[in-house]
Amino acid sequence: MSDFVSNFWNLWVAGIALVSVVGCGVFLWAVSIKRTNAKVETTGHVWDETLAEWNNPMPSWWIWLFYITVVFGLVYLTLYPGLGKFQGVLGWSSHGQYDEEMAQAKATYDPIFNRYLKQDLKTVAADPEARAMGQRLFLTYCSQCHGSDAGGARGFPNLTDKDWLYGGAPETIEASITNGRAGVMPPWGPVLGDQGVKEVANYVLSLSGRKHDANLAAAGKPKFEQNCVACHMPTGTGNQALGAPNLTDNVWLYGGTEAKVIETITKGRNGMMPAWKDFLGEAKIHLLAAYVYSLSQGK
Amino acid sequence: MEAQTTYNYKVVRQFAIMTVVWGIVGMLVGVIIAAELIWPQMSFDLPWLTFGRLRPLHTNAVIFAFGGCGLFAASYYVVQRTCHARLISDGLAAFTFWGWQVVILAAAITLPLGYTSSKEYAELEWPIDILITVIWVVYAIVFFGTIMKRKTSHIYVANWFFGAYIITIALLHIVNNAELPVSFLGMKSYSAYAGVQDAMVQWWYGHNAVGFFLTTAFLGMMYYFVPKQAGRPVYSYRLSVVHFWALIFTYMWAGPHHLHYTALPDWTQSLGMVFSLILLAPSWGGMINGIMTLSGAWHKLRTDPILKFLVTSLSFYGMSTFEGPMMSIKTVNALSHYTDWTVGHVHSGALGWVSMVTIGSMYYLIPRLFGREQMHSIKLVTAHFWVATIGVVLYIAALWISGVMQGLMWRAVNADGTLTYSFAEAVKMVYPFYTIRLVGGVLFLTGMLIMAYNVYKTVAGSRAVDDAAIPAPAGAHA
Repeated sequence: MSDFVSNFWNLWVAGIALVSVVGCGVFLWAVSIKRTNAKVETTGHVWDETLAEWNNPMPSWWIWLFYITVVFGLVYLTLYPGLGKFQGVLGWSSHGQYDEEMAQAKATYDPIFNRYLKQDLKTVAADPEARAMGQRLFLTYCSQCHGSDAGGARGFPNLTDKDWLYGGAPETIEASITNGRAGVMPPWGPVLGDQGVKEVANYVLSLSGRKHDANLAAAGKPKFEQNCVACHMPTGTGNQALGAPNLTDNVWLYGGTEAKVIETITKGRNGMMPAWKDFLGEAKIHLLAAYVYSLSQGK
Repeated sequence: MEAQTTYNYKVVRQFAIMTVVWGIVGMLVGVIIAAELIWPQMSFDLPWLTFGRLRPLHTNAVIFAFGGCGLFAASYYVVQRTCHARLISDGLAAFTFWGWQVVILAAAITLPLGYTSSKEYAELEWPIDILITVIWVVYAIVFFGTIMKRKTSHIYVANWFFGAYIITIALLHIVNNAELPVSFLGMKSYSAYAGVQDAMVQWWYGHNAVGFFLTTAFLGMMYYFVPKQAGRPVYSYRLSVVHFWALIFTYMWAGPHHLHYTALPDWTQSLGMVFSLILLAPSWGGMINGIMTLSGAWHKLRTDPILKFLVTSLSFYGMSTFEGPMMSIKTVNALSHYTDWTVGHVHSGALGWVSMVTIGSMYYLIPRLFGREQMHSIKLVTAHFWVATIGVVLYIAALWISGVMQGLMWRAVNADGTLTYSFAEAVKMVYPFYTIRLVGGVLFLTGMLIMAYNVYKTVAGSRAVDDAAIPAPAGAHA
């Protein structure tokens, strides 16, 4: 695809660029051939009582430096794109270079990754070399959210414990990475009202034995049973098919203080794990899934 | 007609003093953000103290407040003295002084509050942009008006450079800040350009801000104060002609080297690189002319700290104008781009060249504006020189090392093609060098505080000169 809407602009760019580069050299030549007298004098003008100018010739090494850069410019513009549509005799383009490097990387590295595709995830996870590759991929692509140690952060799950939102089976982890996950908790503030939210929050806190107000929790229990059990289950143990967290295990994705739980219930949450299928491809995801699985398996 | 027989020193004096004041403010903010890079908690979770808001304040303060006031002072002084004529209007000159101070204050308030057009070195929002445009037009009227009523037949070389800078900055400022205002109190506008065109206009502006504000204009300063302080004629008139025209012509093309390996078309990137390389010789022309002006006066360097400042600034100028074209080569840029190397390069220009030539010129200028033979203490000027020089060297060396290290760590790959280092590992590696950089910055700021004390002692109790008589031009063609 050409960068120019018409051939006029092509010629315009090429013409001005060429005239400008050559013009620098011609200008230098025109000024430098004027010989000065053997005797160097000032130009004869005086400003501000003492300011004057010698009429020294330009240093020849400097003139040559200038010429060399002009010649380099012309050679470069012959070899590489620069003069309008003209691609340069080397036929180089940044897209071409990118495609070439990607193809080369694919040819070199794909076999290294692909050989693990034939193995099931538990076998890969048991292979120290594969785990090391998985860790390097993790540090590049996953550590920004999940942390360098995979310990997670507020809103980003800890991957080293046994607590899984969507399940910790190796194939489930692979599915989470491949297609991403959207963990949506709707906002309940408008439905429950401030007092209702506070009661439900205290009931939720009671499920994992955290400090709570027993009266509020008791008032919250029926409200929880009416509104929350569809996802979090009557026991509060959650549902991995939906990614609904277990509320009884004292692991808190968005914080377990009363204030944070109230915030979660009132405003809801939107957890978002992107899909890596297109960007990383099957083989790298396989290694990543094995690595993440290995993190919670203990030694 | 008293006014027509004396120079207008008042506006020069005002700008000269504010150069020192804004230099301290701008560099202090620089030191604060250098410290924040080591201790991010220094922002105390206050949005207006975060790096992202203070960094544009730092760049705007040192370039346009410190550098800008220095250039106003120097150009108003030089154009009068070399034209043997008073500025055409005291009122318009005063307007540029007060207007420029209002712009600086507006920047100091709005940037920390988060008002930004998000264009680097052009962050100020549209009402301030309009004020800048008005002031700049008045500046041009005062400068060129004074040139027009000069008593000398020829225009002195320093004025060519000041003239080119004034015209080009007007053009750059207006084109790059073409924007659609959507809110006055909200100080919000959108750029007139979109996508890669916007990026290209921005870096055409960005690189020519370096080229015309920080290079051409300060060469104008150099062409007056170096020959004056050395007491020697300018080395080569012919060299000044060639390098002036070549410099202002080729600089215009160099912007695309800021956008190597981006969505900018290949041909544009190539032209940017080619002209950046051609720019090397024209840039060095100024250095040669400045340094060779000292031939026959080298011995003065030993005892004269002002000359030390000026010659050292030319050395840093030569170094960074060599480094710049090298960094514009695509293969070098692939390593250096987005690393601290770029930041180090900018500071070898900003501290080594721009600040040093300004400081040297102010040490020449300030005593003359206040009726003193010389600065209160020459020893303190010498101390300032050494503290500043050590500061710059530490600063640049630290960022060369951390920059090259970052570039190499980011591109290192293992046998399986995975990255050898995670981003955070590269961040961790630069801490020691950020500390050295901070020390360098603190030293440079310390030098400015020494200068402030020295200026205070020079000015206090002295007589502001308002009756400097305009001498008759030397009748060379009588």
